[in-house]
Amino acid sequence: MLAIDGTETSIKSFLRTLSPVDQVGAESRAAMLGTRSIKTTSKLWAIDTAISMIDLTTLEGADTPGKVKAICTKAVRPDPLDATVPHVGAVCVYNDMVRIAREHLDNNGGKSIPVAAVSTAFPSGRASLEVKKRDTEDAIANGATEIDMVIDRGAFLSGNLAKVFAEIVCIKEICGERAHLKVILETGELVTYDNVRKASFLAMAAGADFIKTSTGKVTPAATTPVVLVMLEAVRDYFQLTGKRIGVKPAGGIRTTKDAIKQLVLVNETAGPEWLNPELFRIGASALLNDLLMQRMKMHHGQYSGRNYVTLD
Amino acid sequence: MKFEYAPAPESTAIVDIQSDYNLFIDGKFVPSKGGKRFATMNPANEQVLAKVTQGTAADVDRAVKAATNAYKKTWSKLPGADRGKYLFRIARILQERAREFAVLESMDNGKPIRETRDTDIPLAAAHFFYHAGWADKLEHAGLGANPKAHGVVGQIIPWNFPLLMLAWKIAPALATGNTVVLKPAETTPLTALLFAEVCQQAELPNGVVNIVTGDGATGSALVNHPGIQKIAFTGSTEVGKLIARSVVGTKKALTLELGGKGANIVFEDAPIDETVEGIINGIYFNQGHVCCAGSRLLVQENIKDELIEKLKRRMSMIRVGDPLDKNTDLGAINSKAQLTKIQELAQSGDTEGAERWSPECQLPEKGFWFPPTFFTGVSQSHRIAREEIFGPVLSVITFRTPSEAIEKANNTPYGLSAGIWTDKGSRILWSAQQLKAGVIWANTFNKFDPASPFGGYKESGWGREGGRHGLAAYLKGDM
Repeated sequence: MLAIDGTETSIKSFLRTLSPVDQVGAESRAAMLGTRSIKTTSKLWAIDTAISMIDLTTLEGADTPGKVKAICTKAVRPDPLDATVPHVGAVCVYNDMVRIAREHLDNNGGKSIPVAAVSTAFPSGRASLEVKKRDTEDAIANGATEIDMVIDRGAFLSGNLAKVFAEIVCIKEICGERAHLKVILETGELVTYDNVRKASFLAMAAGADFIKTSTGKVTPAATTPVVLVMLEAVRDYFQLTGKRIGVKPAGGIRTTKDAIKQLVLVNETAGPEWLNPELFRIGASALLNDLLMQRMKMHHGQYSGRNYVTLD
Repeated sequence: MKFEYAPAPESTAIVDIQSDYNLFIDGKFVPSKGGKRFATMNPANEQVLAKVTQGTAADVDRAVKAATNAYKKTWSKLPGADRGKYLFRIARILQERAREFAVLESMDNGKPIRETRDTDIPLAAAHFFYHAGWADKLEHAGLGANPKAHGVVGQIIPWNFPLLMLAWKIAPALATGNTVVLKPAETTPLTALLFAEVCQQAELPNGVVNIVTGDGATGSALVNHPGIQKIAFTGSTEVGKLIARSVVGTKKALTLELGGKGANIVFEDAPIDETVEGIINGIYFNQGHVCCAGSRLLVQENIKDELIEKLKRRMSMIRVGDPLDKNTDLGAINSKAQLTKIQELAQSGDTEGAERWSPECQLPEKGFWFPPTFFTGVSQSHRIAREEIFGPVLSVITFRTPSEAIEKANNTPYGLSAGIWTDKGSRILWSAQQLKAGVIWANTFNKFDPASPFGGYKESGWGREGGRHGLAAYLKGDM
């Protein structure tokens, strides 16, 4: 196991043992994997797999109960005309929409679909720990079984790693057995791949069940090299501890092609064990319709266009 | 869940392979004087692709005469800017016909389409673009105020990067005002013959480029022809020595780009995942048929186990098979003869006591195949640590200190390439200073650019190709 007891010294000395990441090398590996050609049967498989991994997300100031109910309906039955389409991995909403989402899913055949809540003063994370704890407790009380927390990037960048660590530990304690914890690194603000690798290990050691790239509110978000580095981190963490941590890229994955690239990255980096919704999720909203349009084309041989998928 | 990649073969409809090929002399395809035909095959399935001509001494003579005539009457009289126009034209045609070249190269050579598409063909075009720019600026190349072409150059190229090696040879020769007689390798003549069509399409003056196919006998006729002013050869050290012997005592200029046994040196602070990619790229790129391959992995002993574990894991992801499948990483060995050589050297590794490892992989039944392989427990005195294998076989050697790494890296008759993997900039500079190798990569491997000179120390060759230094090989300075 990892020799981290939560003190600044123990965290820093552990993170120092991590291998550095070469930027040019990581980017060229990710680009190379992006050239994999996924066609015919493997494309069909990848589309359905990607659908089942989507955390269908709406995180807007303008979210209303109506909007949230609409995406919940879509989550259960992505294509109203085709019952063979799998349901999505989860629905991801703001805290105050959790109950509405949970009830609507329960009443519309989506009992098995978890509701994920963004938490800890999402997206900036700029609030006191007390507020972050309340935020999380409230989400769980309202029926969230997945918590997407943000790390304190300011603390991370200023070197106050113990604070980042302690917050994750604290939120994990609140989640307990009731909710899965996804830790958002906001890689667009960490900037370097070395930071991404360090933050990944920090989050995993503190108890994350998933590490997630981004809030979706900052660009760049889930670029392929960032996801590559995080997949390498979960793979190495498994070697070290025997524990598999999930990965969730979020933000900027809009097309079927993007999604398939992500699956190829998973397959050839962390390995096929990670190719299931328990260990890999894609945070997205527009992506689902593109996957559905590609799926229709694969089955019927022609594009039907955007008016043949539902806009919610 | 298992993610199976369905076959994604590149279509061969784009290439139009003739059943028989003549020689390209003086701008036309002409039959040989007395030369027989021989077959060139697809090494991935052993199917004959076409019959090409065994060029005779009489054919070589005709080609040299055509090149001499072209040099005297047209090419040497053209201003540099006009030579540049032809080179630009060739570069653009190569780009336009890139897919055709990529498919044909993959079929004739056995290398994966991903590599011909993303590396061989784009780099070949880049070499023409780069040298096109030099054609009217030679007086600024630092080779004297008025550097002169040699005249007719004889060029002999290998089978590992057929079109790319052709570009490395022809582009600087033409830019500097020479005319060319080129002999492609016996097992991979087809893209050179397609390039002959490109010369016609570009309306290059007749005789400026002549292509004579054939085996070593044809090459020997070319080397020994008195009408040649300069020889450029890329290939084995063994043949390079023969050529050097036959050129001695003549006025012919000579550049040689020969074998190598490159050391890829991994220090304990290396970025490990990218290092693993670099090792893979260093030795399994192009089936290891690379003169500058990182065929010796020198790893600091205290990280050896971790690195080998990661390497094994990564190697089990290498996709071996149909070179035309867009997802193939490792293609076919170019010929039966080369396969036999690789097998024989790998065998010597076993008998000398090194430990062989390959991932499980299903090799096709037809064709010539060798799985990605490494040997651990290799010492400097093993044959697999000293001889060039020219195949997907890596020898892993450990070291304890930086100076030991350098000592072992330099302890070879070759001196073509080396790689340094460390997060420490000062160590990169220090190592590069100590290493006797023509090309040294830091935290990367097998990266090429026409602006960067390439060539070796010691038995790896004479002279440089590419960049400003490469121009010197094709010019007589008047300093």
